[in-house]
Amino acid sequence: MAGKTMFDKIWEQHVVVAEEGKPHLLYIDLHLVHEVTSPQAFEGLRMAGRKVRRPELTFATMDHNVPTDNPFTVTDPIAGKQIETLQMNCEAFGISLADLHSEEQGIVHVIGPELGLTLPGKTIVCGDSHTSTHGAFGALAFGIGTSELEHVLATQCLWQTKPRTLLVELTGRPRPGVTAKDVILGLIAQYGVDFGTGHVIQFAGEAVRAMSMEERMTICNMSIEAGARAGLIEPDETTFAYLKGRPYAPKGEDFDACVKLWRELVTDPDAVFDRVIQFDVSALEPQVTWGTHPGMGTSINGIVPDPDTFPTEMERLAARQALAYMGLEPGTKISDIPIQHVFIGSCTNSRIEDLRLAAQVVRGHKVSPKVRAIVVPGSKQVKRQAEQEGLHEIFITAGFEWREPGCSMCLAMNPDVVPAGERCASTSNRNFEGRQGRGARTHLVSPVTAAAAAIAGRFVEPGQLQKLEEVN
Amino acid sequence: MEVFVRHQGIVAPLDRPNVDTDAIIPKQFLKRVERSGFGQFLFYDWRYLPNGEPDPSFVLNQPRYAGASILLARNNFGCGSSREHAPWALADYGFKVIIAPSFADIFHNNCFKNGMLPIVLPEKDVEHLFQQAGRGQYRLEVDLEAQVVRDDEGTTWRFQVDPYRRERLLKGLDDIGATLLHADRITVYEQSAKKPYQDVYRTTGSVT
Repeated sequence: MAGKTMFDKIWEQHVVVAEEGKPHLLYIDLHLVHEVTSPQAFEGLRMAGRKVRRPELTFATMDHNVPTDNPFTVTDPIAGKQIETLQMNCEAFGISLADLHSEEQGIVHVIGPELGLTLPGKTIVCGDSHTSTHGAFGALAFGIGTSELEHVLATQCLWQTKPRTLLVELTGRPRPGVTAKDVILGLIAQYGVDFGTGHVIQFAGEAVRAMSMEERMTICNMSIEAGARAGLIEPDETTFAYLKGRPYAPKGEDFDACVKLWRELVTDPDAVFDRVIQFDVSALEPQVTWGTHPGMGTSINGIVPDPDTFPTEMERLAARQALAYMGLEPGTKISDIPIQHVFIGSCTNSRIEDLRLAAQVVRGHKVSPKVRAIVVPGSKQVKRQAEQEGLHEIFITAGFEWREPGCSMCLAMNPDVVPAGERCASTSNRNFEGRQGRGARTHLVSPVTAAAAAIAGRFVEPGQLQKLEEVN
Repeated sequence: MEVFVRHQGIVAPLDRPNVDTDAIIPKQFLKRVERSGFGQFLFYDWRYLPNGEPDPSFVLNQPRYAGASILLARNNFGCGSSREHAPWALADYGFKVIIAPSFADIFHNNCFKNGMLPIVLPEKDVEHLFQQAGRGQYRLEVDLEAQVVRDDEGTTWRFQVDPYRRERLLKGLDDIGATLLHADRITVYEQSAKKPYQDVYRTTGSVT
């Protein structure tokens, strides 16, 4: 009999009911909740007279529509109502809430890991597609809709059809200046925005083993942009070292006992995946998207492609529609596209390491007078740590705005919106039409490229910044 | 949940691949705390000009597609955000069926929870339907029991749907109610030693 993948192992440990020809009833170990997708689920419970089955396996925070200049001045009354509704629901149903006053508040996919709520082997759900982030720890984590959210609240379980498995082996090591963000953008640019549909992706290989937890989270975060149900990475010493001592992680002997079990959450050498992809990261250059989905990207040294060169009619149509929206001409050098906004933040790239990378580029430079640049730390904890390290001084001195934690300009539900027709170099995960504001044009990049773009007003590699300033 | 057995309606073709849920329902409309009333915001940025007037070039604003209840779409429909507001908006607008060569997983799943049927047909069949629907007033009949789509000329297309989900749509079953019938087994699972480390999984009791 063939061995098991780590996915098979986690899945099997969580099956509550398995009947022939039906989805499995899967137990959920951690349910993360935020203000936007939960109100209708709590209302459903209330109407049916149901309770939350395991409030102690549920954790809530506020992130999506929180203002990041002053979180306590919610000027939008409907957004304010959502925030109040979550507060009220958590009180009524006995759920722990990191509210705006809490030192634990932040983007749900940033605080889960940093609080040690996210642990290897757990099944984790949240009413948000970027729940895939938590797979970086070897947890089976996926986004759900509001109906399923209500189902988990009431039963702590979910009916799930077992997805197929896909192994993505990242071979080689990226050259300096190429980040995990460039790796995942490069992968999706090559294989498309739906190559993962119906699959759980396990990321493996030399490049993954060498990555920090922050980098692994960036990779797994964007596995949903490849259409995958979830991303997974085998837990290892890097994972255990990150988790040790986190507030909600097991302590002392409990922790050691867990580590012993977590070490078993690896794919057996003779396990068989439904599909395998090998992707060499050593030749990769920093990536910039030119279109309206995350797969429409190329190298920072590349050009905007000609839609006529795409192989299928559907891709040609998509590229034409994208270029019309983005206001770009085929053949334009990526490095010639002028930028008016820079956003460093989001559940993809707002962790301490991301801010360190960006600050390293920014140090000693000034934001271009043509650019408005903001840094939005992923959580209160990230913000505190960045301030202890003096990163905020570097950003503020250079002309960045230093904000409070939240989802912010990634989806522009709060007041952080890009005006129509203007361009934003963004470390977020989606460049969909209207994502950062109606008519706003998003270019997805790494924190390094975003930082350099803020200074140059266009896409350049950090090494070129000095030369540019000498010319000027 | 509403029962879905058979449906007949006019087809509206949306000729774009990778339509994401941000396009289906832009985020500024996610702030409501109710499930209803999202239809007016469906495809907002495409449906309305910046001045708030309907954009006459958008398919749903064309008189020949008035009252359409079957949406014809291209591949990877519903990608992106998990927001169930997307199927809520489509259903509230009046769509009962969506036909496409492929759907994104979370959206596909969310449709079934709202009495709406997503049908996957091969690309060449979808292409044919686009040709037909392009003329307007093209009607299809969808029979979930027989798993068949039929047009007025008698052309038929068979489709596959997960038997479990089909059953739930046909009977309009409430998922939570059905799951609670297994409450004993959930309790047994919770008490079993299947995962010795589960006891330490708590969201309360942080030491900070």
